Amino acid sequence: MDEFNASKPIYLQLADRINRQIVSKELKAGEKLPSVRDMGIKYSVNPNTIQRTYSELEREGILETKRGQGTFVTEQEDRLVQLRDNLKHEQILLFVQVMQEMGYSSLEIISGLKDHLKFDIGDE
Amino acid sequence: MIQMINVSKKYMKQSALKDISLTLPIGKIIGIVGENGCGKSTLLKLIAGLSLPTSGRVTVNGETANRRICKVVSYLSELDSLNYIFTVREALDFQASQFTDFNMAKAEEIMKFMQLEPHMKIKNLSKGNLGRLKIILTLAREVPYILMDEPLSGLDPMVRESIIKGMISYVDLESQTLIMTSHEITEIESILDCFIAIRDGSLLRMADVEELHESEGLGVTDWMKKTYV
Repeated sequence: MDEFNASKPIYLQLADRINRQIVSKELKAGEKLPSVRDMGIKYSVNPNTIQRTYSELEREGILETKRGQGTFVTEQEDRLVQLRDNLKHEQILLFVQVMQEMGYSSLEIISGLKDHLKFDIGDE
Repeated sequence: MIQMINVSKKYMKQSALKDISLTLPIGKIIGIVGENGCGKSTLLKLIAGLSLPTSGRVTVNGETANRRICKVVSYLSELDSLNYIFTVREALDFQASQFTDFNMAKAEEIMKFMQLEPHMKIKNLSKGNLGRLKIILTLAREVPYILMDEPLSGLDPMVRESIIKGMISYVDLESQTLIMTSHEITEIESILDCFIAIRDGSLLRMADVEELHESEGLGVTDWMKKTYV
């Protein structure tokens, strides 16, 4: 949980974690995040790095800092929907890439997914 | 700001540091890394004013680093210099009597955070608790520069973690800089802003840790393995 991968900046890895927590509703819209220092203690990460993560996510419109109050998850519904979509696409892309590298056809991938999810097309 | 300009240090004829120039700002956690005997501790001692350069100049906030620089620099030695008949409480009182900037309230807070008992006699402390006490004594001073020589050395993983969390909690990066030497690089990497790599007394590299992750896809440990071979 607390391990970071040295091949990618820690601030981006933390941003990924926060994004996932938002999509999984572990962090809710409008929820306050821990202070930079408390977050640093939690993950054993330099508070300057946490600040960078918060700033980056703020720039992307996912977090909002209210002066004197702290940092919050945005309440902009459309931005959160977009984030949910983006993360889905990222994961699918990764999955499909690996499958294609191993030589699975699109049909095989889809039928495999259907079996796995026990879900028939048109059942929606 | 700490500034070293063309600093060299020789012990008798033995060269310990060669022509080091660097600038260290406020608001950072900085790690000094390198092999045993490469000059890491010497570098810290020069900044602490406990050792003087053979040539070149070391300044802290514009003042030459000599014995009097301890008014702005808190230094944790690799060696034990504690009075063993003291209790933990007495050691804190003694530190407060030596340094007017010693913040007793902060010391009490760190003591609680690290779960150290004030009535314990120093001679009866475990190695881990001794390590914790040294951290408290160094970290509770309200000075801009905190230097720690091997603060994690020889301590078990739990103690190391509590010390690392203590550093994050109690170093005020608005007004302070923490500089430490360590062999436990993997463990301290996530709390470092930048690292200074020394080899055979020379400055090999000074860089942002995140920059290393980003541009070379390497952690400090991997980079060292690659570079020092």
